[in-house]
Amino acid sequence: MKALPRLGMVRWLVWRDVTLTWRRRSDAVATLVFLVMVVSLFPLTVGPDSRLLQSIAPGVVWVAALLASTMGLSRLFSDDYADGTLEQLLLLPQPVYVVVLAKVLAQWIVFAVPLAALAPVLALQFGLSHDTPLVLTASLVLGIPTILLIGSVGAALTLGLRGAASLTSLLVMPLYIPTLIFGAGAAHASLGGGSPAANMRLLGATLILALVFAPWAASAALKVSLE
Amino acid sequence: MTRWYRYASPGHAYRLAGRLIPWCAVPAAALFVVGLYLGLVVAPTDFQQGDAYRVLFIHVPAAWMGMLLYVLLAIYAGIGWVFHTRVSSMMASSLSITGTMFTAVALITGSLWGRPTWGTWWVWDARTTSTLILLFLYVGFISLQSAIDDPRRADRAAAVLALVGVVNVPIIYFSVQWWNTLHQGATIRVGGETTMAGSMLAPLLIMIAACWLYSVAVVLARLQTLIREREPLVAVTAVVK
Repeated sequence: MKALPRLGMVRWLVWRDVTLTWRRRSDAVATLVFLVMVVSLFPLTVGPDSRLLQSIAPGVVWVAALLASTMGLSRLFSDDYADGTLEQLLLLPQPVYVVVLAKVLAQWIVFAVPLAALAPVLALQFGLSHDTPLVLTASLVLGIPTILLIGSVGAALTLGLRGAASLTSLLVMPLYIPTLIFGAGAAHASLGGGSPAANMRLLGATLILALVFAPWAASAALKVSLE
Repeated sequence: MTRWYRYASPGHAYRLAGRLIPWCAVPAAALFVVGLYLGLVVAPTDFQQGDAYRVLFIHVPAAWMGMLLYVLLAIYAGIGWVFHTRVSSMMASSLSITGTMFTAVALITGSLWGRPTWGTWWVWDARTTSTLILLFLYVGFISLQSAIDDPRRADRAAAVLALVGVVNVPIIYFSVQWWNTLHQGATIRVGGETTMAGSMLAPLLIMIAACWLYSVAVVLARLQTLIREREPLVAVTAVVK
């Protein structure tokens, strides 16, 4: 019985965040355009050699996706903090990690779904073929929630500070490294004709770890920031 | 056990630090002199690496201290966060600076050693990479703490970050190791200690002891400074008593 209102709360929070993003869709679109631009800059800087481009493609797409997701992170809590909504959300009879989880889930929907549509196109831009675009997309869909979960801790810690956006990326970038390695590694393995299964499983494992620990750490950080 | 609790009070901690500093600083200085003399002058030249290997007498202790101090930092930050003991949080801030220094020294000496030995300043070897990431974690801790004006909030926020970081350190280490084996063959490794001659091992152990004592002395001195800064009255009365 007790679980039901929580699920309803999560649904409501996710719906609210998705709606808010939709009403200001230029922000979300800017993030995606940024991603496409960063990825497109690489061939211009390293040269059009197709073998080189193929081998750097997984890393480039992953790093660009990471940077783009960090752009949205600074807004994860700050808008709600500015208009006082966040304080009201923390006063709800729900554990704070439910709020964090819902916000991350909403962010994942508005970021990862368009990204999943874009990634195969970006992969084609780099001359990837066969399964690799698919593997790259799958690794992004599986890895981005981990990135967002870890990022939510950073966003919560820097809430209301000067230069919060750059500070957030400074704090969470080192923590992204395992996800980045496994994500790009999966696409790389498939590029070499191998199986991406090992890296995909490790990505799944980091996601599970992040799901358990990150919302808890982020809610502790939110409580520290809102004192 | 309860006797130790009183050192959670800034006054007691201030006096304890004052008593301990000379007992650590003087032996540290003596051991540095002896260790550097034995290491740089007495120890024989390595027949494979030449004199370049002597960097190791600084490099190995620095790398160890860098890693160890991060764990200590996380423990102190965690204690400070859970029990609201101000001194523990101040210890964490003091440790962060010394830890950053040692990690940076380990990276710099490592690259100075790598140039003549491996023929390159930098190798994306698992240990080098994870030490670099450790440095980033330290920098994150320090910059978060200095970005927040209220010291109590800064302590608690930095504690959350330190604990998240310390949980991540093993994951980062293994991911980097796997990434390394995936991308390139096994790189050259520093020879194991079992193959080390006694005349080289002795100065190394002395230098490790010296770095330990140096860390304790400097961290406690910084703790005293922090107490003076944040709670001037406590520091004054601690001296009067």
